[in-house]
Amino acid sequence: MSEAAVKAPETAPKNVIEVRDLVTHYGTREILHGVNVDIVEGEIMVIMGGSGSGKSTFLRHLMALQRPTSGSIKILDHDVWNLSQKELFELRRKLGVAFQGGALFSSMTVGENIMLPLYEHTKLDRTTMEIMARMKLEVVDLSGFEDLMPSELSGGMIKRAAVARAIVMDPRILFFDEPSAGLDPVVSKQLDEMILRLRDAMGMTICVVTHELDSAFTIADRITVLDQGNILFVGTVEELKNSPSERIQNLLNRRSEEAEIDPDEYLRRLMGDKEEAEGMPR
Amino acid sequence: MAQGSEHNAATRFFDKVGRTTLAGLEEAGRHGVMLVESLYWLIFGPGMKQPVRVGAVFAEMMEIGVRAIGIIGIMSAAIGAMLAIQGIYSLKIFGAEGHVVLGVAFSMVREFAPLITGILVAGRSGSALSARLGTMKINQELDALEVMGINPVRFLVVPSLIASVVMVPVLTFMSMVLGLYAAALYVNAVLGMSLAAFFDQTIDVLSVGDLTHGIGKAAIFGVLIALIGVLNGFMVKGGAEGVGKATTRSVVQCISAIVVTDMLFALVATF
Repeated sequence: MSEAAVKAPETAPKNVIEVRDLVTHYGTREILHGVNVDIVEGEIMVIMGGSGSGKSTFLRHLMALQRPTSGSIKILDHDVWNLSQKELFELRRKLGVAFQGGALFSSMTVGENIMLPLYEHTKLDRTTMEIMARMKLEVVDLSGFEDLMPSELSGGMIKRAAVARAIVMDPRILFFDEPSAGLDPVVSKQLDEMILRLRDAMGMTICVVTHELDSAFTIADRITVLDQGNILFVGTVEELKNSPSERIQNLLNRRSEEAEIDPDEYLRRLMGDKEEAEGMPR
Repeated sequence: MAQGSEHNAATRFFDKVGRTTLAGLEEAGRHGVMLVESLYWLIFGPGMKQPVRVGAVFAEMMEIGVRAIGIIGIMSAAIGAMLAIQGIYSLKIFGAEGHVVLGVAFSMVREFAPLITGILVAGRSGSALSARLGTMKINQELDALEVMGINPVRFLVVPSLIASVVMVPVLTFMSMVLGLYAAALYVNAVLGMSLAAFFDQTIDVLSVGDLTHGIGKAAIFGVLIALIGVLNGFMVKGGAEGVGKATTRSVVQCISAIVVTDMLFALVATF
Protein backbone atom coordinates (compact mmCIF):
# COMPACT_ATOMS: atom_id res chain seq x y z
CA MET A 1 0.00 0.00 0.00
CA SER A 2 1.41 3.37 -0.96
CA GLU A 3 2.15 6.07 1.59
CA ALA A 4 -0.44 8.34 0.04
CA ALA A 5 -3.14 5.73 0.50
CA VAL A 6 -2.33 5.25 4.20
CA LYS A 7 -2.21 8.96 4.95
CA ALA A 8 -5.54 10.33 6.13
CA PRO A 9 -7.09 12.60 3.57
CA GLU A 10 -6.72 16.26 4.42
CA THR A 11 -10.09 17.82 4.94
CA ALA A 12 -10.88 21.48 4.69
CA PRO A 13 -11.32 23.13 8.10
CA LYS A 14 -14.94 23.03 9.15
CA ASN A 15 -16.90 26.20 9.71
CA VAL A 16 -18.61 26.29 13.08
CA ILE A 17 -20.20 29.67 12.40
CA GLU A 18 -21.41 30.88 9.01
CA VAL A 19 -22.93 34.33 8.68
CA ARG A 20 -24.53 35.23 5.37
CA ASP A 21 -25.84 38.63 4.23
CA LEU A 22 -26.63 39.73 7.77
CA VAL A 23 -28.63 42.94 7.86
CA THR A 24 -29.96 44.43 11.07
CA HIS A 25 -31.68 47.63 12.12
CA TYR A 26 -32.24 49.62 15.29
CA GLY A 27 -35.52 51.31 14.48
CA THR A 28 -35.09 52.63 10.98
CA ARG A 29 -31.29 52.85 11.20
CA GLU A 30 -29.42 50.05 9.45
CA ILE A 31 -26.53 48.86 11.65
CA LEU A 32 -25.12 45.90 9.73
CA HIS A 33 -25.23 46.03 5.94
CA GLY A 34 -25.04 42.46 4.66
CA VAL A 35 -22.20 40.98 6.70
CA ASN A 36 -20.61 37.65 5.64
CA VAL A 37 -18.19 35.85 7.98
CA ASP A 38 -17.06 32.26 8.52
CA ILE A 39 -15.45 31.12 11.76
CA VAL A 40 -13.46 27.92 11.52
CA GLU A 41 -13.40 25.19 14.18
CA GLY A 42 -10.56 25.57 16.69
CA GLU A 43 -9.53 29.08 15.72
CA ILE A 44 -9.52 32.30 17.68
CA MET A 45 -11.37 34.88 15.63
CA VAL A 46 -11.07 38.43 16.83
CA ILE A 47 -13.71 40.93 15.73
CA MET A 48 -12.39 44.47 15.77
CA GLY A 49 -13.67 47.88 14.90
CA GLY A 50 -14.06 51.36 16.27
CA SER A 51 -16.92 52.55 18.42
CA GLY A 52 -20.19 52.36 16.53
CA SER A 53 -18.79 49.93 13.97
CA GLY A 54 -21.49 47.39 14.86
CA LYS A 55 -19.23 44.80 16.52
CA SER A 56 -21.27 44.46 19.72
CA THR A 57 -24.47 44.16 17.69
CA PHE A 58 -22.75 41.56 15.52
CA LEU A 59 -21.75 39.60 18.63
CA ARG A 60 -25.33 39.67 19.92
CA HIS A 61 -26.38 38.08 16.63
CA LEU A 62 -23.68 35.42 16.93
CA MET A 63 -24.95 34.61 20.43
CA ALA A 64 -28.51 34.35 19.04
CA LEU A 65 -29.69 37.12 21.33
CA GLN A 66 -31.01 39.32 18.56
CA ARG A 67 -33.00 38.44 15.46
CA PRO A 68 -31.63 40.03 12.27
CA THR A 69 -33.74 41.89 9.74
CA SER A 70 -32.49 39.53 7.05
CA GLY A 71 -29.68 37.08 6.38
CA SER A 72 -28.78 33.85 8.09
CA ILE A 73 -26.55 32.68 10.94
CA LYS A 74 -25.52 29.05 11.06
CA ILE A 75 -23.93 27.84 14.28
CA LEU A 76 -22.68 24.25 14.40
CA ASP A 77 -24.68 23.53 11.22
CA HIS A 78 -27.93 24.86 12.71
CA ASP A 79 -29.70 27.81 11.14
CA VAL A 80 -30.26 29.66 14.43
CA TRP A 81 -33.52 31.41 13.61
CA ASN A 82 -35.11 28.34 12.04
CA LEU A 83 -34.76 26.26 15.19
CA SER A 84 -37.58 25.41 17.56
CA GLN A 85 -37.26 26.86 21.05
CA LYS A 86 -36.17 23.48 22.41
CA GLU A 87 -33.51 23.09 19.70
CA LEU A 88 -32.26 26.61 20.40
CA PHE A 89 -31.89 25.73 24.11
CA GLU A 90 -29.93 22.61 23.12
CA LEU A 91 -27.67 24.66 20.84
CA ARG A 92 -27.05 27.27 23.51
CA ARG A 93 -25.67 24.63 25.84
CA LYS A 94 -22.82 24.25 23.36
CA LEU A 95 -22.01 27.97 23.55
CA GLY A 96 -20.28 29.84 26.34
CA VAL A 97 -20.24 33.61 26.78
CA ALA A 98 -18.05 35.81 28.96
CA PHE A 99 -19.77 39.20 29.01
CA GLN A 100 -17.94 42.50 29.22
CA GLY A 101 -19.02 43.17 32.80
CA GLY A 102 -19.02 39.51 33.76
CA ALA A 103 -22.82 39.37 34.22
CA LEU A 104 -22.39 37.23 37.33
CA PHE A 105 -25.58 36.90 39.36
CA SER A 106 -25.04 39.23 42.29
CA SER A 107 -27.30 37.24 44.62
CA MET A 108 -25.21 34.07 44.23
CA THR A 109 -21.68 33.20 45.30
CA VAL A 110 -19.01 32.67 42.66
CA GLY A 111 -19.36 28.90 43.09
CA GLU A 112 -23.15 29.02 42.74
CA ASN A 113 -22.79 31.15 39.61
CA ILE A 114 -20.53 28.53 38.04
CA MET A 115 -22.77 25.65 39.11
CA LEU A 116 -25.96 27.24 37.75
CA PRO A 117 -25.70 25.78 34.19
CA LEU A 118 -24.88 22.35 35.68
CA TYR A 119 -27.82 22.62 38.06
CA GLU A 120 -30.17 23.59 35.25
CA HIS A 121 -28.99 21.24 32.51
CA THR A 122 -27.59 18.13 34.23
CA LYS A 123 -28.64 15.65 36.88
CA LEU A 124 -25.29 15.73 38.69
CA ASP A 125 -25.33 15.64 42.46
CA ARG A 126 -24.28 18.69 44.44
CA THR A 127 -20.85 17.31 45.40
CA THR A 128 -19.93 16.59 41.78
CA MET A 129 -21.10 20.04 40.74
CA GLU A 130 -18.97 21.62 43.46
CA ILE A 131 -15.94 19.62 42.30
CA MET A 132 -16.53 20.73 38.70
CA ALA A 133 -16.91 24.35 39.77
CA ARG A 134 -13.61 24.16 41.67
CA MET A 135 -11.94 22.57 38.62
CA LYS A 136 -13.10 25.39 36.37
CA LEU A 137 -11.99 27.99 38.91
CA GLU A 138 -8.60 26.28 38.89
CA VAL A 139 -8.46 26.69 35.09
CA VAL A 140 -8.95 30.44 35.41
CA ASP A 141 -6.57 30.75 38.41
CA LEU A 142 -9.31 31.52 40.91
CA SER A 143 -9.22 28.43 43.10
CA GLY A 144 -10.46 29.08 46.62
CA PHE A 145 -12.76 31.94 45.61
CA GLU A 146 -15.94 29.88 45.24
CA ASP A 147 -17.54 31.11 48.46
CA LEU A 148 -17.09 34.82 47.75
CA MET A 149 -19.83 37.04 46.38
CA PRO A 150 -19.19 38.75 43.01
CA SER A 151 -19.13 42.12 44.80
CA GLU A 152 -16.05 40.95 46.70
CA LEU A 153 -14.01 40.37 43.52
CA SER A 154 -11.84 42.75 41.50
CA GLY A 155 -12.63 43.56 37.84
CA GLY A 156 -10.14 41.01 36.49
CA MET A 157 -11.38 38.33 38.89
CA ILE A 158 -15.00 38.92 37.85
CA LYS A 159 -14.02 38.42 34.21
CA ARG A 160 -12.17 35.20 35.03
CA ALA A 161 -15.08 33.93 37.15
CA ALA A 162 -17.37 34.69 34.20
CA VAL A 163 -15.07 32.60 31.99
CA ALA A 164 -15.23 29.75 34.52
CA ARG A 165 -19.03 29.87 34.30
CA ALA A 166 -18.89 30.06 30.51
CA ILE A 167 -16.73 26.92 30.22
CA VAL A 168 -18.41 24.81 32.88
CA MET A 169 -20.51 22.95 30.29
CA ASP A 170 -17.40 22.46 28.07
CA PRO A 171 -18.86 24.54 25.21
CA ARG A 172 -17.69 24.11 21.64
CA ILE A 173 -17.69 27.85 20.99
CA LEU A 174 -16.71 30.50 23.49
CA PHE A 175 -17.53 34.18 23.03
CA PHE A 176 -15.72 37.01 24.77
CA ASP A 177 -17.09 40.53 24.78
CA GLU A 178 -14.27 43.04 25.36
CA PRO A 179 -12.23 40.83 27.72
CA SER A 180 -9.59 43.53 28.34
CA ALA A 181 -11.92 46.50 28.77
CA GLY A 182 -11.26 48.40 31.97
CA LEU A 183 -8.33 46.22 33.06
CA ASP A 184 -4.72 47.20 33.64
CA PRO A 185 -2.13 45.88 31.15
CA VAL A 186 -0.86 43.13 33.47
CA VAL A 187 -4.31 41.65 34.14
CA SER A 188 -5.18 42.13 30.48
CA LYS A 189 -2.11 40.09 29.48
CA GLN A 190 -3.08 37.35 31.94
CA LEU A 191 -6.52 37.16 30.33
CA ASP A 192 -4.96 36.90 26.87
CA GLU A 193 -2.78 34.03 28.07
CA MET A 194 -5.83 32.36 29.56
CA ILE A 195 -7.73 32.62 26.26
CA LEU A 196 -4.82 30.97 24.41
CA ARG A 197 -4.62 28.28 27.09
CA LEU A 198 -8.36 27.54 26.74
CA ARG A 199 -8.03 27.11 22.99
CA ASP A 200 -4.96 24.87 23.28
CA ALA A 201 -6.10 22.77 26.24
CA MET A 202 -9.80 22.44 25.49
CA GLY A 203 -9.84 22.79 21.69
CA MET A 204 -12.57 25.40 21.75
CA THR A 205 -13.40 27.78 18.96
CA ILE A 206 -13.14 31.25 20.43
CA CYS A 207 -14.65 34.46 19.15
CA VAL A 208 -13.44 37.65 20.81
CA VAL A 209 -14.82 41.14 20.31
CA THR A 210 -12.26 43.75 21.28
CA HIS A 211 -10.88 47.11 20.30
CA GLU A 212 -7.52 46.48 22.04
CA LEU A 213 -4.94 46.09 19.26
CA ASP A 214 -2.22 44.50 21.41
CA SER A 215 -4.61 41.94 22.80
CA ALA A 216 -5.97 41.15 19.32
CA PHE A 217 -2.48 40.66 17.88
CA THR A 218 -1.53 38.33 20.76
CA ILE A 219 -4.47 35.97 20.60
CA ALA A 220 -5.93 36.09 17.10
CA ASP A 221 -5.59 33.39 14.48
CA ARG A 222 -7.70 35.59 12.22
CA ILE A 223 -9.13 39.05 12.55
CA THR A 224 -12.36 40.49 11.18
CA VAL A 225 -12.51 44.26 11.01
CA LEU A 226 -15.95 45.84 11.01
CA ASP A 227 -16.34 49.38 9.82
CA GLN A 228 -19.67 51.22 9.91
CA GLY A 229 -21.59 47.97 9.67
CA ASN A 230 -19.54 46.50 6.82
CA ILE A 231 -16.76 43.92 6.81
CA LEU A 232 -13.60 45.82 5.99
CA PHE A 233 -11.13 42.98 6.36
CA VAL A 234 -10.86 39.28 7.23
CA GLY A 235 -7.45 37.66 7.54
CA THR A 236 -4.46 36.83 9.71
CA VAL A 237 -2.61 39.29 11.91
CA GLU A 238 0.23 39.53 9.35
CA GLU A 239 -2.20 40.16 6.51
CA LEU A 240 -3.89 42.86 8.59
CA LYS A 241 -0.59 44.59 9.37
CA ASN A 242 0.40 44.50 5.68
CA SER A 243 -2.99 45.64 4.41
CA PRO A 244 -2.72 48.53 1.96
CA SER A 245 -6.16 49.81 3.00
CA GLU A 246 -5.95 53.35 4.34
CA ARG A 247 -8.80 52.75 6.79
CA ILE A 248 -7.06 49.66 8.18
CA GLN A 249 -3.78 51.55 8.57
CA ASN A 250 -5.62 54.38 10.29
CA LEU A 251 -7.13 51.87 12.70
CA LEU A 252 -3.76 50.23 13.37
CA ASN A 253 -2.02 53.56 13.86
CA ARG A 254 -4.91 54.93 15.94
CA ARG A 255 -5.51 57.82 13.54
CA SER A 256 -9.00 59.25 13.57
CA GLU A 257 -10.72 59.84 10.28
CA GLU A 258 -12.51 63.14 10.07
CA ALA A 259 -15.33 62.68 7.63
CA GLU A 260 -15.84 65.68 5.42
CA ILE A 261 -18.91 67.52 6.65
CA ASP A 262 -21.39 68.97 4.26
CA PRO A 263 -22.09 72.55 5.55
CA ASP A 264 -25.83 72.22 4.81
CA GLU A 265 -26.02 68.92 6.63
CA TYR A 266 -24.06 70.41 9.57
CA LEU A 267 -26.47 73.36 9.76
CA ARG A 268 -29.47 71.04 9.57
CA ARG A 269 -28.05 68.95 12.44
CA LEU A 270 -27.52 72.06 14.56
CA MET A 271 -30.97 73.50 13.90
CA GLY A 272 -32.79 70.18 13.95
CA ASP A 273 -35.10 69.20 11.14
CA LYS A 274 -37.58 72.07 11.53
CA GLU A 275 -40.26 70.62 9.29
CA GLU A 276 -40.07 67.32 11.08
CA ALA A 277 -39.97 69.03 14.48
CA GLU A 278 -43.10 71.04 13.76
CA GLY A 279 -45.02 67.89 12.99
CA MET A 280 -44.05 66.26 16.26
CA PRO A 281 -46.21 66.40 19.39
CA ARG A 282 -44.85 68.65 22.12
CA MET B 1 -52.78 82.07 10.75
CA ALA B 2 -54.65 81.93 14.08
CA GLN B 3 -56.92 79.28 12.63
CA GLY B 4 -53.84 77.32 11.59
CA SER B 5 -52.34 77.41 15.08
CA GLU B 6 -55.72 76.37 16.63
CA HIS B 7 -55.80 73.50 14.18
CA ASN B 8 -52.27 72.54 15.19
CA ALA B 9 -53.11 72.69 18.90
CA ALA B 10 -56.20 70.52 18.41
CA THR B 11 -54.26 68.06 16.27
CA ARG B 12 -51.51 67.89 18.85
CA PHE B 13 -54.04 67.32 21.64
CA PHE B 14 -55.79 64.45 19.84
CA ASP B 15 -52.43 63.10 18.71
CA LYS B 16 -51.26 63.02 22.33
CA VAL B 17 -54.49 61.41 23.54
CA GLY B 18 -54.24 58.82 20.78
CA ARG B 19 -50.61 58.02 21.50
CA THR B 20 -51.21 57.74 25.26
CA THR B 21 -54.20 55.45 24.69
CA LEU B 22 -52.20 53.26 22.31
CA ALA B 23 -49.28 53.11 24.74
CA GLY B 24 -51.66 52.09 27.53
CA LEU B 25 -53.24 49.38 25.38
CA GLU B 26 -49.81 48.17 24.31
CA GLU B 27 -48.72 47.88 27.92
CA ALA B 28 -51.91 46.04 28.87
CA GLY B 29 -51.19 43.69 25.98
CA ARG B 30 -47.67 43.10 27.27
CA HIS B 31 -49.06 42.10 30.67
CA GLY B 32 -51.39 39.64 28.96
CA VAL B 33 -48.53 38.20 26.91
CA MET B 34 -46.37 37.85 30.03
CA LEU B 35 -49.16 36.04 31.86
CA VAL B 36 -49.68 33.64 28.95
CA GLU B 37 -45.92 33.09 28.61
CA SER B 38 -45.64 32.35 32.34
CA LEU B 39 -48.47 29.82 32.17
CA TYR B 40 -46.83 28.28 29.08
CA TRP B 41 -43.54 27.72 30.92
CA LEU B 42 -45.31 26.46 34.01
CA ILE B 43 -47.20 23.84 31.99
CA PHE B 44 -44.83 22.98 29.14
CA GLY B 45 -41.46 23.85 30.74
CA PRO B 46 -40.82 20.38 32.18
CA GLY B 47 -41.27 18.83 28.71
CA MET B 48 -38.56 21.15 27.40
CA LYS B 49 -36.21 20.37 30.31
CA GLN B 50 -37.05 23.82 31.73
CA PRO B 51 -39.02 23.01 34.87
CA VAL B 52 -40.00 25.70 37.36
CA ARG B 53 -37.85 25.05 40.44
CA VAL B 54 -39.87 24.43 43.59
CA GLY B 55 -36.98 25.83 45.65
CA ALA B 56 -37.19 29.13 43.76
CA VAL B 57 -40.95 29.31 44.40
CA PHE B 58 -40.45 28.76 48.14
CA ALA B 59 -37.68 31.37 48.23
CA GLU B 60 -40.05 33.88 46.61
CA MET B 61 -42.85 32.91 49.01
CA MET B 62 -40.49 33.61 51.87
CA GLU B 63 -39.61 37.02 50.41
CA ILE B 64 -43.11 38.08 49.34
CA GLY B 65 -45.08 36.43 52.12
CA VAL B 66 -43.26 35.49 55.28
CA ARG B 67 -41.13 38.62 55.49
CA ALA B 68 -44.24 40.81 55.10
CA ILE B 69 -46.10 39.26 58.03
CA GLY B 70 -44.88 41.83 60.55
CA ILE B 71 -45.84 45.00 58.72
CA ILE B 72 -49.12 43.59 57.39
CA GLY B 73 -50.01 42.38 60.89
CA ILE B 74 -49.42 45.81 62.43
CA MET B 75 -51.28 47.68 59.68
CA SER B 76 -54.22 45.27 59.73
CA ALA B 77 -54.59 45.52 63.50
CA ALA B 78 -54.47 49.32 63.26
CA ILE B 79 -57.13 49.37 60.53
CA GLY B 80 -59.34 46.92 62.42
CA ALA B 81 -59.17 49.08 65.54
CA MET B 82 -59.72 52.23 63.47
CA LEU B 83 -62.87 50.71 61.88
CA ALA B 84 -64.18 49.84 65.33
CA ILE B 85 -63.44 53.36 66.63
CA GLN B 86 -65.15 55.05 63.69
CA GLY B 87 -68.01 52.56 63.69
CA ILE B 88 -68.84 53.10 67.34
CA TYR B 89 -68.52 56.89 66.93
CA SER B 90 -70.97 56.91 63.97
CA LEU B 91 -73.45 54.40 65.33
CA LYS B 92 -73.58 56.18 68.68
CA ILE B 93 -75.68 58.88 66.96
CA PHE B 94 -78.43 56.30 66.44
CA GLY B 95 -77.75 54.49 69.73
CA ALA B 96 -76.78 51.42 67.73
CA GLU B 97 -73.19 50.85 68.88
CA GLY B 98 -73.94 47.14 69.30
CA HIS B 99 -74.18 46.79 65.51
CA VAL B 100 -70.57 47.84 65.03
CA VAL B 101 -69.60 44.19 64.48
CA LEU B 102 -71.59 44.10 61.24
CA GLY B 103 -69.76 47.06 59.73
CA VAL B 104 -66.33 45.99 60.89
CA ALA B 105 -66.73 42.39 59.70
CA PHE B 106 -67.96 43.31 56.20
CA SER B 107 -65.47 46.14 55.76
CA MET B 108 -62.49 44.16 56.96
CA VAL B 109 -63.20 40.90 55.14
CA ARG B 110 -64.54 42.27 51.85
CA GLU B 111 -62.50 45.45 51.47
CA PHE B 112 -59.78 46.49 53.86
CA ALA B 113 -57.87 43.24 54.34
CA PRO B 114 -57.32 42.57 50.59
CA LEU B 115 -56.74 46.24 49.87
CA ILE B 116 -54.17 46.93 52.59
CA THR B 117 -52.39 43.62 51.92
CA GLY B 118 -52.28 44.32 48.19
CA ILE B 119 -50.94 47.84 48.69
CA LEU B 120 -48.29 46.75 51.18
CA VAL B 121 -47.13 43.80 49.05
CA ALA B 122 -47.03 46.12 46.02
CA GLY B 123 -44.85 48.57 47.95
CA ARG B 124 -42.53 45.86 49.25
CA SER B 125 -42.39 43.19 46.56
CA GLY B 126 -43.65 44.85 43.37
CA SER B 127 -40.94 47.48 43.63
CA ALA B 128 -38.32 44.91 44.69
CA LEU B 129 -39.16 42.76 41.64
CA SER B 130 -38.76 45.73 39.30
CA ALA B 131 -35.49 46.79 40.92
CA ARG B 132 -34.06 43.25 40.86
CA LEU B 133 -34.99 42.49 37.25
CA GLY B 134 -34.04 45.98 36.09
CA THR B 135 -30.60 45.69 37.67
CA MET B 136 -30.18 42.23 36.17
CA LYS B 137 -31.08 43.65 32.78
CA ILE B 138 -28.58 46.49 32.84
CA ASN B 139 -25.88 44.11 34.14
CA GLN B 140 -26.59 41.74 31.20
CA GLU B 141 -27.61 39.01 33.65
CA LEU B 142 -30.80 38.38 31.66
CA ASP B 143 -28.71 37.94 28.50
CA ALA B 144 -26.43 35.61 30.46
CA LEU B 145 -29.42 33.45 31.37
CA GLU B 146 -30.55 33.34 27.72
CA VAL B 147 -27.16 32.26 26.42
CA MET B 148 -26.93 29.62 29.15
CA GLY B 149 -30.12 28.13 27.71
CA ILE B 150 -32.21 29.24 30.71
CA ASN B 151 -35.44 31.02 29.88
CA PRO B 152 -35.66 34.16 32.08
CA VAL B 153 -39.47 34.02 32.27
CA ARG B 154 -39.38 30.44 33.54
CA PHE B 155 -36.42 31.07 35.85
CA LEU B 156 -37.35 34.48 37.30
CA VAL B 157 -40.97 35.37 36.55
CA VAL B 158 -42.94 32.17 37.16
CA PRO B 159 -41.66 31.60 40.74
CA SER B 160 -42.53 35.21 41.65
CA LEU B 161 -45.95 34.92 40.02
CA ILE B 162 -46.83 31.68 41.81
CA ALA B 163 -45.52 33.00 45.13
CA SER B 164 -47.50 36.22 44.75
CA VAL B 165 -50.75 34.45 43.80
CA VAL B 166 -50.42 32.11 46.77
CA MET B 167 -49.06 34.47 49.41
CA VAL B 168 -51.24 37.58 48.87
CA PRO B 169 -54.44 35.61 49.68
CA VAL B 170 -52.71 33.93 52.65
CA LEU B 171 -51.57 37.31 53.97
CA THR B 172 -55.06 38.69 53.32
CA PHE B 173 -56.60 35.96 55.46
CA MET B 174 -54.12 36.76 58.20
CA SER B 175 -54.98 40.44 57.83
CA MET B 176 -58.71 39.67 58.19
CA VAL B 177 -58.15 37.71 61.40
CA LEU B 178 -55.80 40.27 62.96
CA GLY B 179 -57.98 43.22 61.94
CA LEU B 180 -61.07 41.61 63.43
CA TYR B 181 -59.17 40.65 66.57
CA ALA B 182 -57.95 44.21 67.09
CA ALA B 183 -61.49 45.47 66.53
CA ALA B 184 -62.81 42.90 69.01
CA LEU B 185 -60.33 44.07 71.63
CA TYR B 186 -61.43 47.71 71.21
CA VAL B 187 -65.13 46.81 71.26
CA ASN B 188 -64.48 44.73 74.38
CA ALA B 189 -62.74 47.64 76.08
CA VAL B 190 -65.34 50.27 75.12
CA LEU B 191 -68.65 48.40 74.99
CA GLY B 192 -67.77 45.48 77.26
CA MET B 193 -68.69 42.94 74.56
CA SER B 194 -66.74 39.71 75.08
CA LEU B 195 -64.40 38.45 72.36
CA ALA B 196 -66.47 35.28 72.03
CA ALA B 197 -69.64 37.32 71.46
CA PHE B 198 -67.86 39.53 68.93
CA PHE B 199 -66.63 36.54 66.91
CA ASP B 200 -69.99 34.76 67.22
CA GLN B 201 -71.67 37.79 65.67
CA THR B 202 -68.94 38.04 63.06
CA ILE B 203 -69.45 34.43 61.96
CA ASP B 204 -73.20 34.97 61.91
CA VAL B 205 -73.08 38.00 59.62
CA LEU B 206 -70.37 36.78 57.28
CA SER B 207 -71.03 34.21 54.58
CA VAL B 208 -68.57 32.03 52.68
CA GLY B 209 -69.23 34.34 49.74
CA ASP B 210 -67.84 37.30 51.70
CA LEU B 211 -64.70 35.37 52.49
CA THR B 212 -64.18 34.19 48.88
CA HIS B 213 -64.87 37.77 47.71
CA GLY B 214 -61.92 39.03 49.77
CA ILE B 215 -59.61 36.09 49.09
CA GLY B 216 -60.44 35.97 45.35
CA LYS B 217 -59.72 39.65 45.02
CA ALA B 218 -56.41 39.14 46.80
CA ALA B 219 -55.40 36.43 44.31
CA ILE B 220 -56.06 38.87 41.43
CA PHE B 221 -54.00 41.52 43.24
CA GLY B 222 -51.22 38.93 43.50
CA VAL B 223 -51.22 38.43 39.72
CA LEU B 224 -51.25 42.20 39.10
CA ILE B 225 -48.37 42.89 41.51
CA ALA B 226 -46.14 40.21 39.99
CA LEU B 227 -46.88 41.11 36.37
CA ILE B 228 -46.49 44.87 36.84
CA GLY B 229 -43.31 44.45 38.88
CA VAL B 230 -41.76 42.06 36.39
CA LEU B 231 -42.66 44.02 33.25
CA ASN B 232 -41.35 47.29 34.64
CA GLY B 233 -38.11 45.50 35.46
CA PHE B 234 -37.81 43.96 32.00
CA MET B 235 -38.44 47.33 30.34
CA VAL B 236 -35.67 49.19 32.21
CA LYS B 237 -33.48 51.37 30.02
CA GLY B 238 -30.65 53.72 30.83
CA GLY B 239 -28.77 52.38 33.86
CA ALA B 240 -29.33 53.18 37.52
CA GLU B 241 -31.67 56.08 36.79
CA GLY B 242 -33.81 53.75 34.70
CA VAL B 243 -34.01 51.27 37.58
CA GLY B 244 -35.16 54.05 39.93
CA LYS B 245 -37.85 55.18 37.49
CA ALA B 246 -39.04 51.62 36.90
CA THR B 247 -39.32 51.02 40.65
CA THR B 248 -41.41 54.15 41.19
CA ARG B 249 -43.53 53.40 38.14
CA SER B 250 -44.08 49.87 39.34
CA VAL B 251 -45.39 50.96 42.77
CA VAL B 252 -47.67 53.63 41.29
CA GLN B 253 -49.05 51.24 38.66
CA CYS B 254 -49.52 48.41 41.16
CA ILE B 255 -51.46 50.56 43.61
CA SER B 256 -53.56 52.15 40.85
CA ALA B 257 -54.32 48.74 39.35
CA ILE B 258 -55.24 47.33 42.78
CA VAL B 259 -57.61 50.18 43.64
CA VAL B 260 -59.32 50.18 40.22
CA THR B 261 -59.64 46.38 40.21
CA ASP B 262 -61.02 46.52 43.73
CA MET B 263 -63.68 48.97 42.64
CA LEU B 264 -64.60 46.92 39.56
CA PHE B 265 -64.67 43.73 41.62
CA ALA B 266 -66.96 45.33 44.19
CA LEU B 267 -69.20 46.65 41.41
CA VAL B 268 -69.49 43.27 39.68
CA ALA B 269 -69.86 41.29 42.91
CA THR B 270 -72.62 43.47 44.34
CA PHE B 271 -74.53 44.11 41.10
